[in-house]
Amino acid sequence: MAVTGAIFVGYVALHMYGNLMAFGGQQTFDTYAHHLRTFGQPMLPYSGLLWVVRLVLVLSLVGHVYAAFKLWSRADSARSTKYAVKKATKATFSSKWMRWGGVALLVFVIWHILQFTTRTVTPGGDSDSPYLRLVNGFSVWWVFLIYVVALFALAMHLRHGIWSACQTLGWTSSVLSARIVNAIAIAIAVIIPLGFVLPPFFILIGVLN
Amino acid sequence: MSDTPQQPAAEPGRAQDGAATASATPAADAAFGPDGPPVHRPGPDGLVDGLYRVGEPIADTAYPGDPIATAWDRAQFESDLVNPANRRKLKVIIVGTGLAGASAGATLGEAGYQVKSFCYQDSPRRAHSIAAQGGINAAKNYKEDGDSVYRLFYDTVKGGDYRSRESNVYRLAEVSANIIDQCVAQGVPFARDYGGLLDNRSFGGVQVSRTFYARGQTGQQLLIGAYQALERQVAAGTVETFTRHEMLELIVVDGKARGIIARDMVTGEIETHLADAVVLASGGYGNVFFLSTNAMGCNVTASWRAYRKGAYFANPCYTQIHPTCIPVSGEHQSKLTLMSESLRNDGRIWVPKRREDVEKDPRDIPEADRDYYLERIYPAFGNLVPRDIASRQAKNMCDEGRGVGPKVGDFRRGVYLDFSDAIARLGLDAVKAKYGNLFDMYARITGEDPYQVPMRIYPAVHYTMGGLWVDYDLQSTIPGMYVIGEANFSDHGANRLGASALMQGLSDGYFVLPNTIRNYLTSGPFEDVADRPEVAEAAEAVRARIEKLLSINGDRSVDSFHRELGHIMWEYCGMERTEEGLTKAISLIRSLRDEFWRNVRVLGENDELNQSLEKAGRVADFLELGELMCIDALHRRESCGGHFRAESQTPEGEALRHDDQFLYVAAWQWGGGVNEPPILHKEDLDYHNIQLKQRSYK
Amino acid sequence: MRFSLKIWRQPSAETKGSFAMYQVDDITGDMSFLEMLDVLNEGLIARGEDPVAFDSDCREGICGACGMMISGQAHGPEVTTTCQLHMRSFTDGDTIVIEPWRANAFPVLKDLVVDRSAFDRIIQAGGYITVNTGAAPEAHSVPVPKPNADRAFDAATCIGCGACVAACPNASGMLFMAAKVTHLGELPQGQPERASRVVKMVNQHDHEGFGGCTNIGECAGACPKEIPLDVISQLNNDMRHAMRHQPS
Ligand SMILES: Cc1cc2nc3c(=O)[nH]c(=O)nc-3n(C[C@H](O)[C@H](O)[C@H](O)COP(=O)(O)OP(=O)(O)OC[C@H]3O[C@@H](n4cnc5c(N)ncnc54)[C@H](O)[C@@H]3O)c2cc1C
Ligand code: HEM
Ligand code: HEM
Ligand code: SF4
Ligand code: F3S
Ligand code: FES
Repeated sequence: MAVTGAIFVGYVALHMYGNLMAFGGQQTFDTYAHHLRTFGQPMLPYSGLLWVVRLVLVLSLVGHVYAAFKLWSRADSARSTKYAVKKATKATFSSKWMRWGGVALLVFVIWHILQFTTRTVTPGGDSDSPYLRLVNGFSVWWVFLIYVVALFALAMHLRHGIWSACQTLGWTSSVLSARIVNAIAIAIAVIIPLGFVLPPFFILIGVLN
Repeated sequence: MSDTPQQPAAEPGRAQDGAATASATPAADAAFGPDGPPVHRPGPDGLVDGLYRVGEPIADTAYPGDPIATAWDRAQFESDLVNPANRRKLKVIIVGTGLAGASAGATLGEAGYQVKSFCYQDSPRRAHSIAAQGGINAAKNYKEDGDSVYRLFYDTVKGGDYRSRESNVYRLAEVSANIIDQCVAQGVPFARDYGGLLDNRSFGGVQVSRTFYARGQTGQQLLIGAYQALERQVAAGTVETFTRHEMLELIVVDGKARGIIARDMVTGEIETHLADAVVLASGGYGNVFFLSTNAMGCNVTASWRAYRKGAYFANPCYTQIHPTCIPVSGEHQSKLTLMSESLRNDGRIWVPKRREDVEKDPRDIPEADRDYYLERIYPAFGNLVPRDIASRQAKNMCDEGRGVGPKVGDFRRGVYLDFSDAIARLGLDAVKAKYGNLFDMYARITGEDPYQVPMRIYPAVHYTMGGLWVDYDLQSTIPGMYVIGEANFSDHGANRLGASALMQGLSDGYFVLPNTIRNYLTSGPFEDVADRPEVAEAAEAVRARIEKLLSINGDRSVDSFHRELGHIMWEYCGMERTEEGLTKAISLIRSLRDEFWRNVRVLGENDELNQSLEKAGRVADFLELGELMCIDALHRRESCGGHFRAESQTPEGEALRHDDQFLYVAAWQWGGGVNEPPILHKEDLDYHNIQLKQRSYK
Repeated sequence: MRFSLKIWRQPSAETKGSFAMYQVDDITGDMSFLEMLDVLNEGLIARGEDPVAFDSDCREGICGACGMMISGQAHGPEVTTTCQLHMRSFTDGDTIVIEPWRANAFPVLKDLVVDRSAFDRIIQAGGYITVNTGAAPEAHSVPVPKPNADRAFDAATCIGCGACVAACPNASGMLFMAAKVTHLGELPQGQPERASRVVKMVNQHDHEGFGGCTNIGECAGACPKEIPLDVISQLNNDMRHAMRHQPS
């Protein structure tokens, strides 16, 4: 769980960085998207690295989701009679949303792949330029809204997930390290979704076109 | 005052006429003359005072004899060995999982015996030993301050006011050092200094630092160590634990202890457990007073059932009353909480000089109107006088009507323990650093801020020195039944020094019993007795008793009887005892017991988790024990340690022993029926290694 | 003060339970929560009704016997045990909901009494240091650095009450187990069995049917002994080392 989660964190961080290329304009972004596919050539075939990444991601996803549902069902069978009244005193808001937030992310990723990778659904119009695909998509307000919701779920997931992964890996066995990890988790949970939301936002308000 | 002591009430006369001098006693004119107390001889019916018979003297025949310093080595060498293959066939039942029972269980399990371990809690780890705060003594002499086995031995005997057996105490002191080694190896986190070595403190008024401690939770940490060792044996298959099981009868066949009848407290099943030997490690009986610092479930049932089957009960009246407990706050109080005695190092104890002031805010009472009575009466020791003296004087102040705090019944039980001087002298931070956790505990329980308002304290029953009589091997008068820990009487005489009960429990369990019980077990395994009528009879007796309790269906709850018994015991067999009071108490207890068996209300069934039924069985036994305690207190017409007879005091009002007549252990034998007089057997105490002295703290 | 109590009543492990409503009057702030229940029970007995069963023994916050869910919080609104909770922490007229610890590893035996023997079995699996009586070396032969001794102590203060399990959304016993792993793991005496201990204890924990820990932290918030969350990280750390160095 922690390992696959960490892979996701790494991926979304890079992905966010890549997306910020959109501010460089159509040229920059399209070149970047192209480079992603030619990276490592001729050692790797066209899109080779991308497929490696995809493979890792898919395996991680399977592992991550499996572990998530396993924990979920274990928790359910560990307490089959629920409390009539239960107050949470220490649990963070984000920790309570891990499971449903995770499901939301899963749904989102499927939608996201249909939109940008397979180009099955293309609100706003398809294009051969990745940059224009972005611009077309995010010009539609409800597409933007879907992403905002997803990014909120991501923020929550990162906030608890990073803390939790470090705790699971045993990196927080002192008060100080726990405090540091918590701060890092919050920082990443703010920076990554913020970085993601910027390009779509500027597309929506028409700055990027 | 009416005859029913339902409400805590002052003794007659005192509260009303309010004599302001502390040492005056109402019975001053009745005090024993210069020749000491009258010797009691049986009347024409063979009864002394119409209460008890005197039987043959009893002696400890297991002790190999002086020289004391080599006796334990000799005893171990001479003790029989059991071959390892035979050990697997030998069954030992241990009732209790406190320090004594858990350590014995773990050790006998390791040795390869088949051990069955019983406790009434849901886990062995919750035995009452867990509550001990202060520490455990050991003659390690890590401080190089002149400590030694002999000094620990000496201090313990003197602390016990010369009413304990030299041989047992010497062995205790000898073994004490091994206990620390054992516990450290188990991972008990004792306090350490910056060099990583163990820290010690001085405790309970002795002049050397020999007390090992783990913050304020020494008992917890020691018990967890023993519990883990016990659980390790459970995993190894040598020990089987029976939690939520209460021993309700001892099985004696052919004069030997052969098992117990226990009730499964969840299903109500009455189970028979047979064995080659039975060890009682069932703790103390302070709960006979209802309010005490003991846990709610502490009881005398295991010991009492054994007593009724022929084990002698020694010195039942010796109870220790601890001076610094949080006072009773209301009628519904269920339990008293101890606060470390260390508070007396910096706090000053006082009450208002005038009775009119007791309701005033203590901060509004000017210095001139305060009576720092301990400093006044004992200028040399002041607030640091021993436990028994501090306790008794607090009671005297309250009896005079100068007690403070809320009225419970018609009486205020409390004296101030004031830190304002200490705060002024040392600074708030220093006081906080030293006593912060105790102050917090006080604040949580009372809702008052002890940094602002003086604390209120009152004495409370804390420990029972009396218990089943055992010899040097810790064997009772029933062959095959051993008694260890607080449940036996052996090591503390008439008063226990701080930090020595934990020492005794672990010494008995880890080191003494496993060696001495071999002497008995070598002749086992004993014949199978499963089909003997005594076994079925024991189970039947338990069933009948439970049925009886459930069928009375009267209109008073068990707790109400327990509370009333507690009041009687506290008033008449508590800190100060008189002939008149004890006689009265005996008749009050008898009538209360009668009423109990006519009018108690125990709802529900046996075959369920039934907490009222559990309590009822315990209170029924307390109602018999209480009477024996009063008889013992009445017959011991001297003051010694925790037993203060108002008639036997020095002109200054201090405890006066009568070694010429009472240098013995009073071992009581069941008379054969609830209304049959018990039989007193005396074990003379010989002092060869320590000289008898009178204690003085003026 | 006067309170309405909504209490879980369940006659036995096999029967189904339900809530019942009771009133208690004349409660003072100085009473502990359990003394308030004593008052309720005396009243029930007087009326011929079955008193409410609950565990308690020391009533001074150290034995770990007591414990119940009080209006959704394990041991109630203060950081302490139920027996050390006082009625002054409540407001006159409050309705208080009282439930047993809920975890399948802690089956209800009656009313508010649960069976926590799963904790004992976790200790049996490895929560000890192997040393036979009499085989111990001199206590001063192994010094323990004070920081380690202090941390071991903090972890060793666990009273085994089960509030951590009760409060955890996953009903995980991680904090209890981690407290023991940390206590023994901080001491030199605990090193030889450090790896095998954690593996055996975790296996037993999972076998008992406790949930898995997802690092929510409710447990530490409910713990009357304030066992810190970092012991769980310590356990995970030990676990990782154990897996890596496991002789195969
Ligand atoms: C508040 C407090 C503080 C103390 N502080 C100190 C201190 O600082 N230093 C010190 O040396 N001493 C101290 N003492 C005294 C000391 O704690 C006890 O004397 C000692 O722990 C007794 O241990 P034990 O093993 O004999 O019995 P306990 O620990 O009382 O154990 C009794 C066992 O017997 C079981 N049991 C009882 N009856 C039955 C039955 N009928 N059937 C089945 N099982 C039964 C119980 O379940 C339990 O397991 C203190 C005592 C109190 C009350
Ligand atoms: C795709 C669908 C996803 C699902 C269904 C999902 C679900 C979950 C669940 C249920 C948990 C367990 C936490 C708990 O139960 O409280 C979890 C943990 C975690 N997730 Fe996800 N998640 C998904 C995607 C992601 C992504 C995209 C990331 C990274 C950005 C991520 C990072 C993490 C991390 C770091 C953890 C903590 C692991 C641990 O506790 O050891 N997850 N996830
Ligand atoms: C507003 C934010 C986002 C934008 C604009 C965006 C954009 C894109 C684009 C354009 C692609 C196609 C890249 C390509 O094939 O060249 C892509 C792929 C992908 N994105 Fe995003 N993305 C965003 C957020 C996210 C988030 C939050 C996640 C994960 C939680 C995510 C996960 C993925 C995945 C898994 C792929 C598929 C990669 C592949 O295998 O091709 N994206 N994204
Ligand atoms: S960790 Fe805390 S809450 Fe859990 S059992 Fe121990 S003391 Fe209770
Ligand atoms: S609340 Fe539960 S999820 Fe883990 S951190 Fe505590 S055990
Ligand atoms: S009753 Fe012992 S901790 Fe509450």
